[in-house]
This record gives sequence, structure tokens and C-alpha cells, in this order.
Amino acid sequence: MHINIEKVSHQYETKQGMLPVLKDLSLSIKRKGFTAIVGPSGCGKSTITRLVSGLIKPTQGSIFISNKKITSPLSTVGMAFQNPVLLEWRNVIKNIILPLEIVSKNMTYNQKRSNALDLLKLVGLEEFENNLPSELSGGMKQRVSLCRSLVHSPEVLILDEPFAALDAFTKEDLWDVMHKLKKERDFTCILITHDLREAVYLADQVIVLSGRPASLQYDVKTNFNEEKKISDLYSSEVSQLLATLRKQIEIAQNKND
Amino acid sequence: MIRINNFIIPLFSLIIFCLLWELLVWYNNWPNYKMASPSDLWPAFWKFKHLFLIYGWETFWRTVVGLILSVLVGLSLGILMGFSKTIRIGLYPILVGFNAIPKATVVPVIALIFVGMHNMNTIIIVILISFFPICVSISIGLSTLEREYEDILLSLGANKFEIFYKIALPKTLPEFFGALKVSTTLAFIGTNLMEIIEPHGKGLGHLFDSGKISADYPLMFAVLITLAVMGIFLYYIVVYLENIFAGWAIRK
Repeated sequence: MHINIEKVSHQYETKQGMLPVLKDLSLSIKRKGFTAIVGPSGCGKSTITRLVSGLIKPTQGSIFISNKKITSPLSTVGMAFQNPVLLEWRNVIKNIILPLEIVSKNMTYNQKRSNALDLLKLVGLEEFENNLPSELSGGMKQRVSLCRSLVHSPEVLILDEPFAALDAFTKEDLWDVMHKLKKERDFTCILITHDLREAVYLADQVIVLSGRPASLQYDVKTNFNEEKKISDLYSSEVSQLLATLRKQIEIAQNKND
Repeated sequence: MIRINNFIIPLFSLIIFCLLWELLVWYNNWPNYKMASPSDLWPAFWKFKHLFLIYGWETFWRTVVGLILSVLVGLSLGILMGFSKTIRIGLYPILVGFNAIPKATVVPVIALIFVGMHNMNTIIIVILISFFPICVSISIGLSTLEREYEDILLSLGANKFEIFYKIALPKTLPEFFGALKVSTTLAFIGTNLMEIIEPHGKGLGHLFDSGKISADYPLMFAVLITLAVMGIFLYYIVVYLENIFAGWAIRK
């Protein structure tokens, strides 16, 4: 599933009039690719996730998934946010099978459960199947949220800053969980983030958006290593890449002022 | 151990309350027409035990039926107002206005509209007095549902109804039970308003009125205590239901 965003402009209606957030944004994400989108805050990154998932329609331009124009939500998309938004009244396993209750209504409960359990094992939470979300730590909740976004085997996974609220070490743990998930379940992934190290570590393509209204400012491949390790982040090659990205963010921020 | 404590502690506090009450009356040497003491209540209660049973039941069932109907009214209005901003803006002033009117003044109006239909009159007043907290809590609960909760289902192509019964409704259950506890106590006020202001020989309100007419103050106090006990009983039924349906929200 490759994704093409073609000359997309979007604006919101606010009390002060129309607020343009995206302007002539074009970018393409290759099939099974992992693309991170970074940019100054408030530049319209989350708008992109809502556009690609079909929750809102762009004011101008179009978005294509596998050459098919998106006009409404697709059941082949999974989403996870900074807030894990777990349903407090459902235990872990029942939280994860929620998407299946919408897209695979004919599936038996046991099938749903076994799908969910496979993912729970991948993220290392199989003993917590029957726990309530209130009994889990922040990192564990986010793992459950990732499982839920993948349980219906979506072809596109959209992550809107899912690791932003976690402490540094939990974050790194989850980055590796993400690597594992990506290896096991091959999907095309869009990651919105403020963390340049995260972008470089997880994605194979990093896109820097300019300040609002956002358009494409910088696009770089990050295939510095076949199998990325945390220690790679301290190599000179990556340091250089991070410095370049940091510079690009500064340029984008200045445009905002 | 926790279960026993849940029973022992409230019982203990009730006993202390009664002792302090008794002490207060005894210390001030009040006659029972000024303030009856707990020791006066039991004889009054025993003397009229048959009336307490009959009238108590009348008050109880009308309160419960009124409460159930006010849940239905409150839920339906709350759901409508939670989902449609237009309906919410349109209905709020009317509902607030309605709630601001003292219900004691509505009693004669209702009694005149449905002359002679005592049960219905009483139940209507109960509904009018107790639907408001339920309606407000449900509408606020539904209208403040975070966007991400909707997004996880909407992005899969779920319809409004699926979002409502899979997420919005269960998520507002704790607020609903909070409001229901308030409404439960309000409901008894509703029943007794009708029974006392427009006496038609039914319910504990009528017994209270008879006590007033015959200057039997211990009887009046006994009625009040009976109402309190029924209120506590109904409250714990609501707590029981809350444990079943919204137990996940209760901190252990």
C-alpha cells in the first residue's frame, strides 16, 4: 500500500476566520515504508493523520492509498495516539479486539482472542490479558494501544506521537517493540513525532514540514543500517543526520514567526 | 473483612448519631412536642405499625416507579442533548427554568390537571424533580467524549450507534450513577411533596399530615425517620447496581 498525498491544502474554520494548516503538500510513501513526519508544533501534523485515515476531507487536493482516492474511513487503517485511549471498563484482551468487533463482525470470539493474544505476546504482555487498564503502567497501556491498532491487520498504521508522554527508557523499549511489530506484521507506517532520534531510529524516511501553513520542506532517507540498534544513534553518521534535521526544524520554526 | 467493615462502620455511626440526639434532647430537657428523641420514636412507630406498612409501601412503590421513569426521561433527553449541539442549546434554558421552579408550586397545578389520579400525580412530581441531574450528567458525559475515542472507531468505518453503545454509553456510566444517587434522594422529596401538599389519604406524607393535625409529634418524627431509612435502602440498591455495571470506575 503506497500512499500519495497530492497537492493537499487544508484549512479549519475558527472564530478568527479560516486557518490554513496545510498548503500544497505533496509527498509519497512507498509500500511497506516507515515514514516519520516532524515539524514545528501546531504545523498541521495531526491534520495529516486525520486526512490519511479518511476522518476529514482535504479542502483541496487528494490522497491516494494504492492509487485509490480516499473519500471515507477505510477499515484497512489502524491508529494510535499519544493518549492510549483504552476503554477502562474492558480488560486488556477485550480492549484489543475492539476493532475486530467493527470490521470482522463474523469472527468468533475465540478467533478474535487468539489474534489479540498473538500481538500481546509480541509486545510481551501475555500475562496481562485479563487486567484492567487502570492496573497497567503508562508504557504497558501504550503497548496495548499498539496491539489494538494492529489487531485487524491494517495495511496502513498511523501513529500520532504514541511515545511522547513516556519516560526516556520506556520510550526506547517501545521503539524496539515497534521494530519487532514492523518486522512481524508488514504494514506501511506513518509516524508523527517531535523526537528526531525517534524519527531516525524508527523510520526509513523522515519528512520535515515547514511552519504553518505546512508544506514539504525536507525529505531524507535514513537507511543507515539494516537492523537499527539504540547504539547506532550515537554513531557519527546519525549525529550528522540529526544535526541536519535540527537545522531544518529551526528553518521551519522561523517561517512560523 | 472489607465486607464486614462496610456494614459495621455505617451501623456504628448510626448508633452514635442516635445517642447524641437522645443526649441533646435529654440535656435540654425538651418535651417531645418540641423535639422527639429516638426513644420516643419506637412507641409511636409500634402504635401505628399497620399504617406504617400500608402507607410506607404506597410511598415506596410510587417513588421507585417515578425514579425509574425519571431515569428513562433523563437518559433520553441527555442522549439527545449529548449528541446534538442544536438540541442542547435549545433545551437547556427550558430545562434549567423548569428545574428552578419550586416543585411545591407545581403540585397544585398537576393535581388540578389530573384530578383524582393520585398515583399518576405523585409519579409525575417525582419525575419532574429527579430527571434533571440524570439528564445533565448524561449530556455532559456524552458531549465531552474525547475526540480520540471517537476516532479509533470512526477510522474503521463504525457508525454513530456503534460508537454510542461501545464507547460513549459505558464511559458515562459512572457519571450516570453519581447523578442517580442524587435523584434517588430527590425522588422521596417529590413523593412527599404531593402527599403532604395535596393530601389524598395515601402514603407516608398523609401519615405525617395526620400527625400534624393530631399534634402527635413523635409520630411525625417517626415518619421522617422511616423516610430516611427508605432513602438509605434505595441508595444502597443504586450502589449495588453501580458495583455491577460501573465497578471498574470505583477505586478499591
